[in-house]
Amino acid sequence: MSDSAVSPAEAATTAPPLVRIRNLSKHYTRGDQDVPVLTDISLDIPAGDFLALMGPSGSGKSTLLNLIAGIDKPSGGELTVGGLNIAELTEAELADWRAANVGFVFQFYNLMPVLTALENVELPLMLTDLPRSERRERALLALSLVGLSDRVDHYPNELSGGQQQRVAIARALITDPTLIVADEPTGDLDKRSAADVLALLQQLNREMGKTIIMVTHDPGAVKAATHVTHLEKGELLGTELVAAGD
Amino acid sequence: MLFKLILKNIFRARLRSLLTIVGLVIAVIAFGLLRTVVDAWYAGSDMASANRLVTRNSISLTFTLPTYYTERIRAVDGVTQISASNWFAGIYLEPKNFFPQFAVTIPVFFDLYPEFLLPPEQMQAMLRDRTGCIIGRALADSYGWKIGDKIPLQGTIYPGTWEFTVRGIFDARDDTTVTRQMYFHWDYLNERVKQSFPRAADRAGVFVVGIKDGQRAAELSAAIDNEFKNSIAETLTETEKAFQLGFVAQSEAIVGAIRIVSFVVIIIILAVVANTMAMTVRERISEYATLKALGFGPGFVVALIFGESLCLTLLGGLLGIALSFPVIATFKSLIGTIFPVFRLSQETLWWQLGAVIFVGVLAAILPAIRSARIRIVDGLRHVA
Repeated sequence: MSDSAVSPAEAATTAPPLVRIRNLSKHYTRGDQDVPVLTDISLDIPAGDFLALMGPSGSGKSTLLNLIAGIDKPSGGELTVGGLNIAELTEAELADWRAANVGFVFQFYNLMPVLTALENVELPLMLTDLPRSERRERALLALSLVGLSDRVDHYPNELSGGQQQRVAIARALITDPTLIVADEPTGDLDKRSAADVLALLQQLNREMGKTIIMVTHDPGAVKAATHVTHLEKGELLGTELVAAGD
Repeated sequence: MLFKLILKNIFRARLRSLLTIVGLVIAVIAFGLLRTVVDAWYAGSDMASANRLVTRNSISLTFTLPTYYTERIRAVDGVTQISASNWFAGIYLEPKNFFPQFAVTIPVFFDLYPEFLLPPEQMQAMLRDRTGCIIGRALADSYGWKIGDKIPLQGTIYPGTWEFTVRGIFDARDDTTVTRQMYFHWDYLNERVKQSFPRAADRAGVFVVGIKDGQRAAELSAAIDNEFKNSIAETLTETEKAFQLGFVAQSEAIVGAIRIVSFVVIIIILAVVANTMAMTVRERISEYATLKALGFGPGFVVALIFGESLCLTLLGGLLGIALSFPVIATFKSLIGTIFPVFRLSQETLWWQLGAVIFVGVLAAILPAIRSARIRIVDGLRHVA
């Protein structure tokens, strides 16, 4: 990993950032207490970046990821993705925006247990006007991209953890989103499966140009990313470039 | 996909779903059976006609009326026909072989009841035989009686042994018509009473009065009763339906209790299904959160929950409705002739279906609201 710090300004020199965060804060109210989770976060994430968010438990990295993915709302500050201030969107608008722009990869895969791998991957396309045949075609293609062409009719409980996570990645890819968010994608996997999943994410980033933001506390997983941002106690410590081949 | 998800979700917790469905089946059958009992209680009043009145002694049914009232009632403007009718209460072999027997004015009585379909030649045969009787099809079938058979009855109100010859068997015009009773000549009864108890002769239990216009029932009832005001035997005239309901009213508390129990059964099964749905939804909170994260709106999640609840209840409900027919048929054969009409009515079927849908919708409301409202981040963190 490189020691050279990259400021938000430097990162945005070539193109406007895909994600632009300014003075973002998030706090929860517990009883009559105000609990700050994120404080004054400013960060730019350029398109095509593979950013790893690192930090100890409770540092706010998952909260930041949730805010960027539009499944949580900030308490203050500015958050634009692709030029759109998503903090101002209503719940229904956010749902539509997520469906079109965000692919999710969760730690525990979050597949529908009653649907086959193919049906799980096809699920986000139900929100589009695509005909059934095209949905199927795309889902098959996505599954072949993650190397699971021979598992299309398998249910999640018939797949290994690594295979389930690859199905989840195929599901995240299927709508060709602007952004893929991954919350501890290797947290529930053995070393080998974790390496496969990270290699797959890296491939999506390098070959398909997908912007990926990944939360992890595994220093090994960071090597797959291009940049790493450190958080602690809700504050941003800085962003570093990850050296290729690390 | 929504329908597929609903169907597949129903059987994820197989034992729980199966037990819920069994509970629904039992509840729906019990509900249908109890409502059929209530319907059977009112069966007599259902076949009542608006064009028939019943005139009885105003003191009570146990007091009779003199037969010379016949002509005075017939003279009331609007009255078309009149028949005496006496409850006979004879025993056929054993008291358990109960069926209603009436001494009536023949053939007028059958003109008053066009719903009793009797071939003209059988009526002619009946008119030629003073000891003849006409029986309903259901009664004939239950004892295997046919034309020409002898029916011996042991009199209770009118003591002695009475023997009647079957001269006619009437059919029902529709399935609300009761055909489990027997009719014979009022003149024959009166003739025998004159011989044994002369003071009890020439008395009618009630008069069945035919009127031209059912709309004038109240007016004509009052006119008939006015005719006998301050007489030795004042009358009480009411519509046939009101007369029949008077009998039911004597057991209104029992009927009411049965009706309440039928609804309690539905409330119990509502609690069971609501519990099933609450547990189901609780286990799937993270799945619903995932769907919402992927862009599905709260409406999709609500549709999933309502769909699952309705499919579950309809599955159990329709099975229960289907099984109600054989269960009610078995029940009917066990209770014998207590209820002349005992069948699952179309109205009860609609009630059963309505109750099932009501349970399905109500059981899903709270879980659906909870799932629709839960924040995605909280849902994703949820562990079942």
